[in-house]
Amino acid sequence: MKAVITVIGKDRVGIISMVSAECAKSNVNVIDINQTVLDGYFTMIMVVEIGEMTEKFSSFADRLAEKGRENALDIRVMHEDIFNAMHKI
Amino acid sequence: MINTQDILQTIKMIREENLDIRTVTMGISLFDCITDDPQRLEAKIYDKITTKAKDLVRVCEELEHTYGIPIVNKRISVTPISYIGAGLSPAGFVRLAETLERAAQTLGVNFIGGFSALVQKGAIPGASALIESIPEALTVTDHICSSVNVASTKAGINMDAVKRMGEIIKATAENTKDRDCIGCAKLVVFANIPEDNPFMAGAMHGFGEPDTVINVGVSGPGVVAAAIKAAGDCDFSTLADTVKNIAFKITRVGQLIAKEAARRLNTPYGIVDLSLAPTPAAGDSVAEILENMGLECTGTHGTTAALALLNDAVKKGGVMASSHVGGLSGAFIPVSEDRGMIAAAEAGTLTLEKLEAMTAVCSVGLDMIAIPGDTSAATISGIIADEISIGVVNTKTTAVRVIPVVGKGVGENVEFGGLLGHAPIMPVKSASCERFISRGGRIPAPIHSLKN
Repeated sequence: MKAVITVIGKDRVGIISMVSAECAKSNVNVIDINQTVLDGYFTMIMVVEIGEMTEKFSSFADRLAEKGRENALDIRVMHEDIFNAMHKI
Repeated sequence: MINTQDILQTIKMIREENLDIRTVTMGISLFDCITDDPQRLEAKIYDKITTKAKDLVRVCEELEHTYGIPIVNKRISVTPISYIGAGLSPAGFVRLAETLERAAQTLGVNFIGGFSALVQKGAIPGASALIESIPEALTVTDHICSSVNVASTKAGINMDAVKRMGEIIKATAENTKDRDCIGCAKLVVFANIPEDNPFMAGAMHGFGEPDTVINVGVSGPGVVAAAIKAAGDCDFSTLADTVKNIAFKITRVGQLIAKEAARRLNTPYGIVDLSLAPTPAAGDSVAEILENMGLECTGTHGTTAALALLNDAVKKGGVMASSHVGGLSGAFIPVSEDRGMIAAAEAGTLTLEKLEAMTAVCSVGLDMIAIPGDTSAATISGIIADEISIGVVNTKTTAVRVIPVVGKGVGENVEFGGLLGHAPIMPVKSASCERFISRGGRIPAPIHSLKN
């Protein structure tokens, strides 16, 4: 089971390390990382494996969102199914 | 692996274009609550609703977290209460409304719909008593929605009920005049009412439904408006395809939420309603879609055609995305709840007459329209009769939710707050229709209702 973490905001040193550290705390394994610039904003997309996650999905998502707010970043964790539903027939 | 561009498109829809799930509505049958002891009836209704829907809000919040998409409303629809309390007096029905209100507050849901009566051919005593109780019931409750079906293509139009509903709307406005006549925003008069509609104020749990069911209403006018803007000056075929493609994606999200909510609540999945439902927020407007198609202002010539194209393309895109489609499924045009509609009405371009024409090609009807407080009951009945006729003859749902704002006239505004928004008071015709409305009886069903 996978989730997608998106990070949108101003680029700076340490974003990947910060998000990866939060994932590690809950035994969430990073599978793929992709970075791009969307409408002038730094955008990072991280696909993670949540099958062995040691935390409730909602508290993990809340924790990352809060970490994002502290660092002026928009961080969202979303189950992969929403993307599969929208973009795959 | 999911494509990066697809992920970014989804994020953009949610972040910038107000994509959300408008409502997850649990339908609950109350037939097994029926008893001739009014106190026991109230207790059974409260217990059934608060038991069946005890996890509704929690599960919806979990889904919001898991999929990262807001679920704006968590609602309940129940069997039309006129049948459940069939032997009660109007005062007894007011107590049932208060019982539903207590259940809504206990559960933390946004609304309970189904304080309803179906009288298209005639009224049972319970339906008459419920209708008489509406002004009081909507005054003493905040989270209860009422609907009355006065016509159907099969039965024709019950003009006695149309006449009475004009008076009931006036009385409801008068009763809640210290709160901008808010009672009328929770009351809707229907033709061809759907039995699985998740949207308020017209949600009810119909007779052929299972004991409980999950119905979901999607949203996304902002997403459609953005897609049309990005498509530029394309021809109409491309325009329709653009809407279809985006409606497909929006509906797939609705389908995902509906199936997952049903699974987690151990409740059958009913339908996804494909309606485009606006809110007063910027970038969440059906009028903006029409204007992005090339209209300077909604309500001008070309509006009905633009809306017809939109409504049809949304259905075509949505129907393949969902295993079961139902409810109202069409673009909503509630005036006070749509920033673009409000602006068009204030500019005088969008009028009651144009809105009536628009309702012939979309769901639902004359919705959230503020009219002068001194409008007569007969004139309101005339507005209802006109709108209901469009539904009956065209074999579609139409409805009327008008608010005669006591003490205010054309040129003034009324503020309902929240999702209900605000509205300029629109003019109505001053010539009387009283003699017509007072005839009594039924307008016969149209010839094309005889399909067997």
